[in-house]
Amino acid sequence: MEFTAIYYLIPALIMFCAGVYGFITRKNMIAMLISLELMLNAVDINFVVFNRFLFPEAMEGMFFTLFAIAIAAAETALAIAIIINIYRSNKSVDVRTLNEMKF
Amino acid sequence: MFSNILIYFVVIPLVMLGGLALCQNIRQIRAVAVTGSLALIGLSAYVLAEYLGMRAAGNEDPMVFVDSWMWFAPLNIHLAVGVDGISIAMLILSSIIVFAGSFASWEIKDPKAFFLWLILLSTGVFGFFISIDLFTMFMFYEVALIPMYLLIGVWGSGNKNYSAMKLTLMLMGGSAFLMLGLIGIYYHSAPEGGQLTWNILEIARNGSIDHGWQTFLFPMTFVGFGVLGAMFPFHTWSPDGHASAPTAVSMLHAGVLMKLGGYGCFRVAIYLMPQAAHELSWIFLILTGISVVYGAFCACVKTDLKYINAYSSVSHCGLVLFAILMLNETAMTGAIMQMLSHGLMTALFFALIGMIYGRTHTREITQMGGMMQIMPYLSVCYVIAGMASLGLPGLSGFVSEMTIFVGSFQHSDMFHRVFTIAACCSIVITAVYILRVVGKLLFGPVYDEHHLSLTDATWWERLSTVTLIISVAAIGCFPNFFNHLINFTFKPAIFAVLGLN
Amino acid sequence: MESTLPILILAIPLAMFLILGIAGCKMSHKLAAALGIAGMGTTLVLSYITALTYFFAPEFTGADGLREQLTVFNWEWLAFTKNLVISLGFFLDPISAMMLIVITTISFMVHLYSLGYMEGERGFQRYYAFLSLFSFSMLGLVVATNIFQMYIFWELVGASSYLLIGFYYRLHSAVAASKKAFIVTRFADLGFLIGILVLSYYTQTFDFVKMTSDPSWVLESTGGATFMGASVLTWALVLIFTGGMGKSAMMPLHIWLPDAMEGPTPVSALIHAATMVVAGVFLVARMFPVYMLEGSATMIIVVVGALTAFYAAMVACAQIDIKRILAFSTISQIAFMMVALGVASAGHGEVSHHGLGYMASMFHLFTHAMFKALLFLGAGALIHAVHSNNYTAMGGLRKYMPITHWTFLIGCLAIAGIPPFSGFFSKDEILAACYAWSPYIGVWMSMVAALTAFYMFRMYYLIFWWNEPHYHHAPHDAPVSMSIPLIFLAAVSCVAGFIPFGHFVTWNRMPYDIHIELPVAISSVVIALVAIAIARHMYIKENPLPAKMKAALPRLWDWCHHRFYWDELYQFITHRIIFNGICRPLAWFDRHIIDGTMDSFATVTNKASDAIRPLQSGQVQMYVWYYLIGALLLAGVTAVCVL
Repeated sequence: MEFTAIYYLIPALIMFCAGVYGFITRKNMIAMLISLELMLNAVDINFVVFNRFLFPEAMEGMFFTLFAIAIAAAETALAIAIIINIYRSNKSVDVRTLNEMKF
Repeated sequence: MFSNILIYFVVIPLVMLGGLALCQNIRQIRAVAVTGSLALIGLSAYVLAEYLGMRAAGNEDPMVFVDSWMWFAPLNIHLAVGVDGISIAMLILSSIIVFAGSFASWEIKDPKAFFLWLILLSTGVFGFFISIDLFTMFMFYEVALIPMYLLIGVWGSGNKNYSAMKLTLMLMGGSAFLMLGLIGIYYHSAPEGGQLTWNILEIARNGSIDHGWQTFLFPMTFVGFGVLGAMFPFHTWSPDGHASAPTAVSMLHAGVLMKLGGYGCFRVAIYLMPQAAHELSWIFLILTGISVVYGAFCACVKTDLKYINAYSSVSHCGLVLFAILMLNETAMTGAIMQMLSHGLMTALFFALIGMIYGRTHTREITQMGGMMQIMPYLSVCYVIAGMASLGLPGLSGFVSEMTIFVGSFQHSDMFHRVFTIAACCSIVITAVYILRVVGKLLFGPVYDEHHLSLTDATWWERLSTVTLIISVAAIGCFPNFFNHLINFTFKPAIFAVLGLN
Repeated sequence: MESTLPILILAIPLAMFLILGIAGCKMSHKLAAALGIAGMGTTLVLSYITALTYFFAPEFTGADGLREQLTVFNWEWLAFTKNLVISLGFFLDPISAMMLIVITTISFMVHLYSLGYMEGERGFQRYYAFLSLFSFSMLGLVVATNIFQMYIFWELVGASSYLLIGFYYRLHSAVAASKKAFIVTRFADLGFLIGILVLSYYTQTFDFVKMTSDPSWVLESTGGATFMGASVLTWALVLIFTGGMGKSAMMPLHIWLPDAMEGPTPVSALIHAATMVVAGVFLVARMFPVYMLEGSATMIIVVVGALTAFYAAMVACAQIDIKRILAFSTISQIAFMMVALGVASAGHGEVSHHGLGYMASMFHLFTHAMFKALLFLGAGALIHAVHSNNYTAMGGLRKYMPITHWTFLIGCLAIAGIPPFSGFFSKDEILAACYAWSPYIGVWMSMVAALTAFYMFRMYYLIFWWNEPHYHHAPHDAPVSMSIPLIFLAAVSCVAGFIPFGHFVTWNRMPYDIHIELPVAISSVVIALVAIAIARHMYIKENPLPAKMKAALPRLWDWCHHRFYWDELYQFITHRIIFNGICRPLAWFDRHIIDGTMDSFATVTNKASDAIRPLQSGQVQMYVWYYLIGALLLAGVTAVCVL
């Protein structure tokens, strides 16, 4: 059995959809953040897979993924910092309470 | 760049802006405003003298002092300047009104900011009249419009937020049409393969806007400028806007800004698109003919002084556009004279209304009466302004209206002549509403006992009104001078549309 | 002719107006009056010199006996096109020379008279300033070289009349009257203006000389064009005549003149009796050769004139205010002049009558100016003495005010047409011209002449005889400054009839001798005497006869007293129809429909933004939904397009 790109892409797609679903339905911001990470990682997998199967001689996809992981780490740190601050002021991490930025 | 005299019409206001920014107290602000506006009057007088000298020496160019500096090369935008007799007349008008307006707002509150915006507005006005590049012209046009919003919104009275918003939005709506028209003109400004240009003189020389595009672009530009010229049915910003504006702003707006509309109509719409003007003029003739009579009728029943005068402006400015659309030399000369005349006398009106309002705190003619006994000087000025407005010979209204009527009636087409007669009817209606106000406001017994303690004009108010009255009388007594100044441009050789009749 | 004097004739009154108008409030009453009178006196002398030189110096009469028309100067003022130029000039011909004399004489008399009449009034300086302005405008009008110059000064006299009628600006009635006068005449001027436009469109000239010296050319220039069934020339002439109707208070535009009596009495004498109101007659006379071409236009003039003459005479019989009686009498007499002009041009009858009416009209204009000014100034003296305008407050005044009485009597005799007073001669010429044109119009005008004699003497007897009311303090004659003008004008009225007018003023400027038509003269004198006798019988002393007559014909009295309800009709038209029926709906339309449409653009924009605003809910997860749906849609659209 040969592992073609599709074997990697379908799990990535499932991961991504799960991330989207989670991001939309979860009300806890931490959970939303995790969903976000899920989507990000799904995309990272795609990058690596396309690089590996379509352009094996090039390395851009790999590098891009590495960068993305690094940035995702930073972003997560930032997001958690924000969430903690929100929690401090609101005593809640429920996203529905955060609608001050409306019209 | 600074070797061209015209550029100083923009430089002086800019220097004034700088000076105002440095001012510490009201005396300095007044000094800057008065010095600057005197400098502008002097400059326009100098340009006038130079211009006359050049014409006397046989200069036959359509424009003089022409100059052009590249501003943005990819789109070929220049700062291009040049004037002819008409622009000079407008420059003189503007400088006189800025001068009178400075005196009329002698005791305005928060003078520094007020004068800053006012001078910025006049920068736009002067820039518009000297520009011959469509893009910079449009830019100055916008520069003149925007300060209006703040001036009315901050220093106005009554329902000022509504009025300021309405005025700005309607004029911006007009600008949208206008922008579309101007861009259209730009893309057809040169024959196939030629260098596109915004320069009015070059566009007119190329004459390359084809007929189909003209019939699209002419209404765009005409309506765009017509909104500012208070053309029916786009005039409704005028009554509300004028009613809420502070004195000097009303003066400048009715006196100069509305002239931008008429000036643009003939300088851009008719000058650049003669065939379309010739074919489509009848549509706009009907609209402007309606403005003339309709504005006058509406003025008859209003009781707020500023509303009366705003509707009267609709009527008089309608006459400007009406005459421009007659497309013959005499009528168009009359239109420009009407711009001058209306600019001066309406500024006088608004100045006087502002002064009366400043004392009585009401503009309702039903709440006032017998002002002649209380403030004879202002009342006499009001009568003079009224007489100018209803066309008393010896004052400016008469010569301009008669030039328009005689010129329009020379049109060979029966439709135009009949319409001229309809427009003539406005002189009777004008007499009705002017005399109604004069009779109610100035004559008769004193209505309100409290008014008896009011004082007559102060020296700066006198100076402001006297300046305007002298100008009104000058046009009325020596019309031929202005006639010759203006009608040089209206020749078939320069104005292609005149050759089409 | 040198142009210095003519320029001064116009410049001095104008300068006086400016001086008194600007610096008047700083002057004492005496100084202002002295300036005004001195200015007018100088103008008077200069005008007399000019006019008399013109009439008597041989160089102004051509070899064929024709008087020349002289354009003393003509400065271009405003050039509309190459041909259509408004010039300001000084045109001297028989009628303008005559008008110079009339205007300056009356104006000077009024200046003098006002010294006493207006003494101590508030705004005394302003009064003299306006008088000077009026004199300037009126002089400019009569010496106009072109029709547009005439229009300019026509407007100026209108404005000065407005200012003078409204002199007592604190009174509502004066303000209303001045407004009415201005607007009614402005309406007529609209007709005048359109007439000028039409005429100048075809002839391409404003110049009087060009139009009148060869009128057939004017006819040709129209090329037989017609408009709504009538030739354009008829239209133009009738429209120009409309202007004349307004200024000369012909029916139906007469309504302003009686109200104009709200002004000071000397003003009524100057403007509303002697000079401005005859401007319409003067206009038609000026354009006379052109009018002669158009039978239909002159027909209209005759009909309007005849109806007005009769109407005004009827109304004058039933008025109480003596100034109003005089005002209606003025209307009636001007209508006489109009009729005379109308019948002159039609060319009926013998050759000698051709143009007789023109001369008669001008003659009557001259004599009427003198005796009507006299009557008005006399009325002023009466009002000054008893402080009321109504004859009910007067009676038996002949004993108290002998000078006024005698001069007033002379005025009445003159207007009634009793020889040898001036009115007899001029009216006789008019009647002769009428009879020559058509016996019907002759009889009609004779009837009006009889009514004239009746109402004038009715007024005379009611003021000076009748029954003496109780006076609080005995009335007495006016001061010298007021009596001198009365005496002077009375003297003129006695002798003016003997002026050989035909030698000076004729339609073709060819002198000819006036001869009195005995049948017409005798019959009109007899009729006038009968009318006076009736008036004497009814009003010489208090008796119930007038009351009985009034009771017998109540309808007639009511209608005459209320001036046939013309004012009410105008009130209805202007207020109900124009003001409430046009202006108010239009203003409503503007505020609610036009402005409403503009506002509705803003409202719709606001509503739309309100409607889409909840999309920005602040709920992050909603945004994700929108994003997701949008992205999917875009992807779908792209897919459809690509595949």
